[in-house]
Amino acid sequence: MSNTQISPQQGNKKFLLKLEERGVDVQACYQCGRCSAGCPITEFFDLTTMEVVRLAAYGMEEMLLDSKAIWLCAACETCATRCPNDIEIAVLMDVLRELALRKGVTPAEPRIPTFHQCFLGSIEHWGRAFEVGLIAGYKMRSGDFTGDMKLGMKMFSKGKLSLKPHPIKGKAEIKQIFSGKGKEYER
Amino acid sequence: MKLSYYPGCSLHGTALDYDHSVKEVCAALGIELVEIPDWNCCGASSAHMTNHEIGIRLPMRNLLLAAELGHDVLVPCAACFQRLKAAERSLREEPEYWDIQGYPENIHIVHISSLLSEDGVLDKIREKIQVRFEGLKLACYYGCLSLRHPKTTEVINYEQPRTLEAIVTSVGAQPVSWSHRTECCSGSLTMARPDIARTLVADIVEAAKRAGADGMVTDCPMCQANVESRQLDLGGEDYLPVFFGTELISAALSAQYPAKQKKLHLVDASVLDDVLRSAPQCREETV
Repeated sequence: MSNTQISPQQGNKKFLLKLEERGVDVQACYQCGRCSAGCPITEFFDLTTMEVVRLAAYGMEEMLLDSKAIWLCAACETCATRCPNDIEIAVLMDVLRELALRKGVTPAEPRIPTFHQCFLGSIEHWGRAFEVGLIAGYKMRSGDFTGDMKLGMKMFSKGKLSLKPHPIKGKAEIKQIFSGKGKEYER
Repeated sequence: MKLSYYPGCSLHGTALDYDHSVKEVCAALGIELVEIPDWNCCGASSAHMTNHEIGIRLPMRNLLLAAELGHDVLVPCAACFQRLKAAERSLREEPEYWDIQGYPENIHIVHISSLLSEDGVLDKIREKIQVRFEGLKLACYYGCLSLRHPKTTEVINYEQPRTLEAIVTSVGAQPVSWSHRTECCSGSLTMARPDIARTLVADIVEAAKRAGADGMVTDCPMCQANVESRQLDLGGEDYLPVFFGTELISAALSAQYPAKQKKLHLVDASVLDDVLRSAPQCREETV
């Protein structure tokens, strides 16, 4: 961090344009810190929420895509709700995650996007979440074989985990959504 | 009253009992539910966090199916509610972007606690319950997604919501005043980073205990599962069970808390049983 140059001159203009298109006015930030103060995960972040907004205003895309914060953000939307300048910080986090995945940036918290991908894989396949399938898929892909074993067994014994998926009839429509319906106008 | 019903995946999986209690309570209150045929997953947090298009198109398909039915849409799950509202907002603000014109103006997406805390519905609950949970102290826990972002949810009292308190009061229990009602429990991270979930849940539960709560009440299936399960990791013996609002109403309507239902909790939930045994009956048997 200390050796990295941060300046608006070096900022990624395309990234700033993208934020503008998504209605995220990062330039409006006057650094009051309410976003960071309300963030429930902040103690686990490598960048505080306010730093994320500030770096975004400078167009420092690369640094943001490499951060843990974008993955550790739980999307609780407390930051955006409390921002006195109406900055859509939660949308900013969404844009950063999406860009990181599209650009193939190695995530600083790999298990989290792996979970998202397993969850979405389940929906793409069945149209609805299939918990046992997605848990198994997540375990395989993340290498986290032992975590929450006891909890899983407990949930299963209480009948909370079904061994059968619940496929919908409109699976073809779901496939179409995942294949990028509307992507021709991609932002 | 007739409503379209969007249960969502949790209510057909880990929170199956939530689905049952929603249906029981609505039936008892004369609210007819028509499940949206062939509904799909709303994508929850994972979709919008990683792909804007998919994050909107998934819930949007459900709205278009609901539009054919024409009724307002009842949603018990907080995450589903937020995603359906996000899709609705997109449909209203930029229909041309999604190539969907003519989505009806008059269909409302209704979260369960908003419905149950309407004055007329509360009156009906008070009138129909057989017992009152006198002396039961409950911490109403909203979490995030039924409230935030208020531009999406259109909730007015997003920092000081009162819907769960109104429901708890209507069945004779006592809501406690506490600090963590709208704090995040990090449900979306609980599998990948259980350590974070443990930290957040520990804070939330400690705050509820400090306020003297015997249990917690929520309307979010992820909060319910996460707050109960991560308490188990924390150890100790002094667990707080997390009830669904509809679970309480259902027990008050029938004056019983079935052992089968109690066993679905991951932590001991017998506090509701205990209070039921000593609870004052509301109506005389007219034999």
